Amino acid sequence: MSLDALIPSAIDGLMLGFVYGLAAMGLTLIFGVMRVINLAHGPVIALGMYVVYLLFTVLGVNPYIGIVAALFVGLAFGVAMYFIAVDRVINQPELTTLLATYSVNLMVIGIATSAFTTTPRAVDISLGSVSLGNVTILGTHAVAVVVAIVVAAALYFFLFRTRTGKSIRAVSNNRAAAELMGIDSRRMLALSFGIGTALAMVSGGLLSTLFSFTPLSGSGHEVKSFVIVVLGGLGNPTGALVGGIVLGLLEGISTVFIPVSWVPVLEYVIFILILLLRPSGLLGSRV
Amino acid sequence: MRRYRLPFLPLIVVVIGVLAAIPILTGNPSMREELFLVFMLVTLASSINIIMGYTGYVSFGHIVFFGLGGYFAFYLMQIQGWHFLAALVAAAVPSALIALLIGVPILRLRGAYFALATVGINEATKTAINNFEPFGGAVGMFFNFSIYAQYGGAKAAGELAYYVMTIIAISTIAASYAIKRSKFGLALMAIREDQDVAMVVGVDPARAKVMAYVISAAFPAMAGAAFFFKNGIIEPGIAFDLFRSIESLVMVVLGGIGTVAGPIVGAAAYEWLRGFLITNPTLANFQLFLAGLLLLIVVLFVSAGLVGWLRDRFPILRSYIP
Repeated sequence: MSLDALIPSAIDGLMLGFVYGLAAMGLTLIFGVMRVINLAHGPVIALGMYVVYLLFTVLGVNPYIGIVAALFVGLAFGVAMYFIAVDRVINQPELTTLLATYSVNLMVIGIATSAFTTTPRAVDISLGSVSLGNVTILGTHAVAVVVAIVVAAALYFFLFRTRTGKSIRAVSNNRAAAELMGIDSRRMLALSFGIGTALAMVSGGLLSTLFSFTPLSGSGHEVKSFVIVVLGGLGNPTGALVGGIVLGLLEGISTVFIPVSWVPVLEYVIFILILLLRPSGLLGSRV
Repeated sequence: MRRYRLPFLPLIVVVIGVLAAIPILTGNPSMREELFLVFMLVTLASSINIIMGYTGYVSFGHIVFFGLGGYFAFYLMQIQGWHFLAALVAAAVPSALIALLIGVPILRLRGAYFALATVGINEATKTAINNFEPFGGAVGMFFNFSIYAQYGGAKAAGELAYYVMTIIAISTIAASYAIKRSKFGLALMAIREDQDVAMVVGVDPARAKVMAYVISAAFPAMAGAAFFFKNGIIEPGIAFDLFRSIESLVMVVLGGIGTVAGPIVGAAAYEWLRGFLITNPTLANFQLFLAGLLLLIVVLFVSAGLVGWLRDRFPILRSYIP
């Protein structure tokens, strides 16, 4: 195994890892705050791709401005989804919330496949590339990493430095106590759901600048997000970002040593082992 | 005075038996195909109900046992030249054994963690079989046409698969009913309500849960064997389709989780509805959307499912519909 192949492959994986991590942060935030596994996560990622795609192809909007739009669409979509599908069953056992979010998954995929068909689309954008020795970094990859870091940092600032963010963390810690302190927990849950969805959409928007996609592309990323979330500890956004980077690196590095088709096997085996041996994840759970 | 109780099990066996005989007697192959699928879904839903409805463990990737059973049986028939029935029985054994081996560690997990672990196991199995050359890797395996010759041709083989699927469905319902009525079933339901309390009253949760998991794995394995025997081709994408796994959860909830009759009603209603939506020209485009909408309405407003709702609404029915 030559180092020549290892380093570029590892850097590629690392960069993708940030984008994976961003999507997983959305999933884990929702789980951490309200113990709901959002099965509409994949279609929401796909929606993010199509928001950027439509703005780009129809209105000619720059994809990176399109991502800002995806953020707000995601926020609105998430809040609406919370009130329509989740609010009524928020205190019920996990099967109920799983199925409620799954029903949204079906509806979104149903509409998206009849509106966009399953023909692969791509956002055609090139930002050039930088070469250093045998390492070539595509501009789109580099910008995706920067956007992912900025969004993650903004989430941190929001959760730890603003009053609303602190209220979300309070609701996540103890909903009853938070309500006694005068926090409207329902609003905070809806907002967290919106933020989680917005993160997934932004991640989808970034992915649309890297790969081609269909309305069904989200499901692969959804399962990937599950793995990352478990890797980093369910409910822990930092963990999700770290988990994303770990998974990205793992994908990048392992392809050098084992056939590509074995990589997912390795991922899932690690996933199951972590669930069994260290269910709180590498960094421990909770926001 | 003891109220007269309708014999549920004999009744359901008669109903299914009569229903199953209709397409054979009238020579209606499309109805036979339809019923074959319904009986398969009844098997999947009823067996998932044992671990999910009675025991309270959401086995999200339960389809893994359907796929494994299909693969084991297919391998025995295609490569080793076994007879279908022998392969079917033989396929259930390793599948149940695998359920035992993975059940012991993963059933210690609770709630969402268990659900995620089962998804992981299904995906891990799917991707591993993708690379497993004896099982044909990503391409899968397909029968030589001559395999059906020993059963009297493809048509006769299809009928044999149909009879077998009917028997599997009836056995699953019988097992589901027997468990619900037994002390073992009570133990499972006690675990569902409160595992710690169940332990205090003398239930061994680990043992009971694993047993329920193994039972609920054996029937899908046999259904998989029959399905892929008739299908003549098997590949990882169809065998370990997470979507089908979720579909069977939906059927259980639609019919009534934790009841014996619920998964039967749910599977039949789901399949009927899907057939209706797909064949209706105006609705076909919105098939998935409408399915999602209906599921949401059931989850939000009729969380007990059709059978559960009936039982709640008319308590007298509780004696008749288990």
